[in-house]
Amino acid sequence: MAKELSCVVAGFGGQGSLFAGKVIATAGLIEDREVSWMPSYGPEMRGGTANCSVTLSDAPIGSPLVTRPNALIALNQPSFDKFIDAVVPGGIVVVDTAMVPQITEPEGVRVIGIPATKICEEAGTPGLGNIVLIGKLWAETGFCTEEALDGALAKVAGKKPEKLEQNRQAIKLGVNA
Amino acid sequence: MSEKVLMKGNEAMAESAMRAGCRFFFGYPITPQTEVAAYMAKMMPKVGGTYLQAESEVAAINMVYGASAAGARVMTSSSSPGISLKSEGISYMAGADLPGVIINVQRGGPGLGSIQPSQADYWQATKATGHGDFHIVVYAPSTVQEMADYAFKAFDTADKYRVPVMIMADGMLGQMMEPVVLPEARALEDLPEKPWATNGHGHKRPHNVANSLYLTAEDLEDLVRERYERYDAIIEGEQEAESYLTDDADIVLTAFGGAARVARSAVNAARERGIKAGLVRPITLWPFPTDAIEAVLPQAKAFLDVEMNMGQMLEDVRLAVAGRAPVEFFGRTGGVIPNPDEVLAAIVALNEKVGE
Amino acid sequence: MADNEKDLKVVFERPHALLPVVTNFCPGCPHGIVERLVAETMDELDIEGETIGVAPVGCSVISYDFFGCDMIEAAHGRAPAVATAVKRVHPDGVVFAYQGDGDLASIGMAETVHAATRGENITVIFINNAIYGMTGGQMAPTSLPNQVTQTSPYGRDVATAGNPIRVSELLNALDGPAYIERVCVDTPKNVRKAKKAIKKAFQNQLDGVGYSFIEVVSTCPTNWGMTPQDAFAWMRENMLPYYPLGVVRDVTADGFANAAEAAAARNAACPIAHPELKTEGGN
Repeated sequence: MAKELSCVVAGFGGQGSLFAGKVIATAGLIEDREVSWMPSYGPEMRGGTANCSVTLSDAPIGSPLVTRPNALIALNQPSFDKFIDAVVPGGIVVVDTAMVPQITEPEGVRVIGIPATKICEEAGTPGLGNIVLIGKLWAETGFCTEEALDGALAKVAGKKPEKLEQNRQAIKLGVNA
Repeated sequence: MSEKVLMKGNEAMAESAMRAGCRFFFGYPITPQTEVAAYMAKMMPKVGGTYLQAESEVAAINMVYGASAAGARVMTSSSSPGISLKSEGISYMAGADLPGVIINVQRGGPGLGSIQPSQADYWQATKATGHGDFHIVVYAPSTVQEMADYAFKAFDTADKYRVPVMIMADGMLGQMMEPVVLPEARALEDLPEKPWATNGHGHKRPHNVANSLYLTAEDLEDLVRERYERYDAIIEGEQEAESYLTDDADIVLTAFGGAARVARSAVNAARERGIKAGLVRPITLWPFPTDAIEAVLPQAKAFLDVEMNMGQMLEDVRLAVAGRAPVEFFGRTGGVIPNPDEVLAAIVALNEKVGE
Repeated sequence: MADNEKDLKVVFERPHALLPVVTNFCPGCPHGIVERLVAETMDELDIEGETIGVAPVGCSVISYDFFGCDMIEAAHGRAPAVATAVKRVHPDGVVFAYQGDGDLASIGMAETVHAATRGENITVIFINNAIYGMTGGQMAPTSLPNQVTQTSPYGRDVATAGNPIRVSELLNALDGPAYIERVCVDTPKNVRKAKKAIKKAFQNQLDGVGYSFIEVVSTCPTNWGMTPQDAFAWMRENMLPYYPLGVVRDVTADGFANAAEAAAARNAACPIAHPELKTEGGN
């Protein structure tokens, strides 16, 4: 079994951070692991930052609010700044360098930057930077099996076949970035 | 069995209520419970049910009163400030012996407070959901699965004893998603008969009256006493709690709902440090599970009550412990979710204190 | 003797829908007349068996013991909310709320307005006697300017207490109601008119015409401190100029089948309310 994933996905409202969190959580569901997904909610969602906590574990999950993540997906600068110091040593941060110009790397934390927004734009599928970053996180951590990740995409983004195919491509772009 | 799905707590409660045969929902928007109403608004028309957005919380609970009197399985949902407004109707439901389900997805208070998760309505729910001599049954789920299970069960309990039943959730449980297996839907024709309902006598029986007014003091006293006999049966038969690692526990944590999730993490962390910690998690807040407290008393050296408030269930824990062990408290309030580390620190400190 | 008995004819009896109990109403109180008219209506339409009444808080609070149909006692002002839910649960049943002025127009005004605007297919009987009777004669939302009550001992001062509410006219601003009429029961002729209005308000419900509201301008001899006759005289002199009798709205008389059709006609110029119309904006 994979180790516990305590992940924060954060960005502006509209960047798809809650959606990306759902993809990760659904992968955990498919693997029949313990899963929790907890969004930020309320006024801060209106034009501010939107973030969610996702935990995949093999033991019952305590608080679903992840305060010390071992994985962070940062979609913009304020989110990176807000959460970077909370990441535990040994943790990993996947960040969209097209949106986060100023990157710091705390000791013991691995920060991987890829221009996710630009990558998917160039591939002709704009707006899937969040999924590109999931692909990168998956490539670096293997937080679930390939089948579970694909199954999660199908469950969460599978209503329209062409949309699902674009999401699959975005994962690949992230894996290869 | 239904398949396991990923669902928000709020939506799981709504779906489960419908599966329990609830076809009438009256509500009013308030964060962080709005998904319950939104789910009902979307799904009720598909099954011939009624979703009605009331003009106020007051109107909503009185619609619950009316629908219940008319014999229907009915529910409303709100968050803390809205529950205060509903207290009128809850008291009338209790006084007229009308079943119904009320969900409270708690947020910080008093006043408008915050919209973040809180457990500061424990006293309101268990001691005074309205004026007068009465109780309501209060379930405190701590997972999305339990939110589904108890939203379903709440209707049966309500009908069995003819009492209002509350599901006490909080913003964390309501907003979070977890895997859940939903209960099998109950066929509407299998729902219990309600010969007392005001649904038109059709000249086949004397007229039924749903009422809480008794102008003769002795009549009202008799009625309240009869109701308290039912409460005794509930205390006897409906207490529910989960005991986790309590068999050999020196330090017993008490916590419910969302706070119990954090307390469980802290218990696990304490065990890793060699501290014999355990957790008693009340699932029924009323009736308070005194039996579960009694069961751990022989070996417990001390209790640590953990809540997302300033210490409310604490008083019931102390009443149950009755001075036979020290009971300490750790809480965060205002909408702050406690961190397992700070709960662990409180366990360590208490363990050192009683070990001396 | 036996032959004589055969010749006797029953010309007046208690309606079946009115239980054989002694009411708590004061001598000369019009509540008894109006409740009888409601009960007669239930008998004549043969609906007692499927009727559920909702009683208010106020002098008619114990009406649940007087009416023979199933009854629900509501919290103060909440009868329209309770009636709404009962009607939703039993759309084929007949549901009425019976309320006084404090209950309906003060503490329950929100419930009143919203049940009306939703066009709940229910019948509401509103007794307006310009005073809180049960609690002993306090100022009501419909108490008249300068009217002396226990809580307006120097007379209702409109500068501080505001003006009385004409509830029928207020509800007429909404699209929901199908039928609104103001009546009184001071003379046999007016009682017959009131009966006709109440019966129509129930018939409307059976026919699916929609929310029907009957305001009965009434008296409170006890708290007004008058004989019943003087109270009716005071009512005619002071209340009727403020609360004129007559039909305030009747969508069927206006040629509509029901309140929904009338509402649609009123908002005909609003495109979103009429999806069947092609609009220039949007699509």
